[in-house]
Amino acid sequence: MAGEKEHGLEMAMGRMLQIGVTIAALVVLVGGAMYLAQNGGSLREYEHFHAATPATTTISGIVASAKHLEPRGIMGFGILLLIATPVCRVIFGVVGFAILRDRLYTAISLIVLGVLLFSFIAKR
Amino acid sequence: MSVLLFSLAVFGTSILAGFLGAMTGLGGGVVIIPVLCLLFKVDIHYALGASLVSVIATSSGAAAAYVREGFSNIRIGMFLEVATTLGALLGAYLTAKVTGNWIGVIFGLVLLYSAWASLQKLQDVAQSATPDPLALRLNLKGSYPENGTEHEYIASHVPAAFGIMFGAGTLSGLLGIGSGAVKVLAMDYAMKLPFKVSTTTSNFMIGVTAAASAGIYLSRGYILPSLAMPVMLGVLVGSLVGVRVLARTEVKTIRIGFAAVIVALGAEMIFNGVTGRL
Repeated sequence: MAGEKEHGLEMAMGRMLQIGVTIAALVVLVGGAMYLAQNGGSLREYEHFHAATPATTTISGIVASAKHLEPRGIMGFGILLLIATPVCRVIFGVVGFAILRDRLYTAISLIVLGVLLFSFIAKR
Repeated sequence: MSVLLFSLAVFGTSILAGFLGAMTGLGGGVVIIPVLCLLFKVDIHYALGASLVSVIATSSGAAAAYVREGFSNIRIGMFLEVATTLGALLGAYLTAKVTGNWIGVIFGLVLLYSAWASLQKLQDVAQSATPDPLALRLNLKGSYPENGTEHEYIASHVPAAFGIMFGAGTLSGLLGIGSGAVKVLAMDYAMKLPFKVSTTTSNFMIGVTAAASAGIYLSRGYILPSLAMPVMLGVLVGSLVGVRVLARTEVKTIRIGFAAVIVALGAEMIFNGVTGRL
């Protein structure tokens, strides 16, 4: 039955989301614990918006900072994993609908994926 | 206040926001943003960024439970995500074009509407006698189990729903929230979907919608890891507890109390925005 296969796709999506959010939360938790242990931040940084550095605003910058085991970089990396989770869900949709031979919804999923990827390459 | 104390206070508040957000179906963002701005004096852009991150976390965290019940419709979700993600791009773009005070006023108005919407009884709207031909072509239909039988449904007014979802996506990108209250307009009233289907499908879509704004928020520096950390973890814990409690309690009194809090926060956001304090 097509219905059962579809429910299988839904279950796979749900499980993937759960695993993604768990890993992301654990990484953020580790980075947060390190950040608070070092106690290096200042409360002032929250109050007024200030120009941010590539270490917190670009994917490559965050990854590089996390590699150096900077607490902010690790928290940022966890947040990147979290943002990647729904993107993976859409990729699951593309593949899943292709397996179900549903061309229309493979195309619709590809459009959503395109919009998501555009938001990461668009400059402001 | 030290950074440690500040982070713990934000974490505790976020647990409460996530709990109440899950109980009422509005999400944690609607509470945490005004509280961060008004109480913790955080810049509104950082509040939006932290809330957006927590929105992705709660949507993804809850999806597994909803999917298992078999109510969510992945086709309708994916189709409407075309509208919400495009809207989210526009909304996230607009955050740099309008001032923090304007965002505060719009946020306040959405809060007032959400408070009203949260008190409305969820009721199934009668299905149209003649199905929308577009819904047939796009396969926007399904069935869900209730009392041992399968109930079939098909979407109505597809173009209108698509337009409203674009608006919901724009609000999500502009305000860093899930904007679940607006989604109900599109899926319950325009498409006339059964509310169990619309609620779970909407939750499914919120994470993808927020991910579309997240790239732009990140590149602008709205997502401050040190602030997003306690907010995301707190809202996640609170909402997971909230969903469990929701299954076993009568929530009417909580809904009314929460609506009152939201009205107060909304009014204060509008006041602060109009008087230029944000």
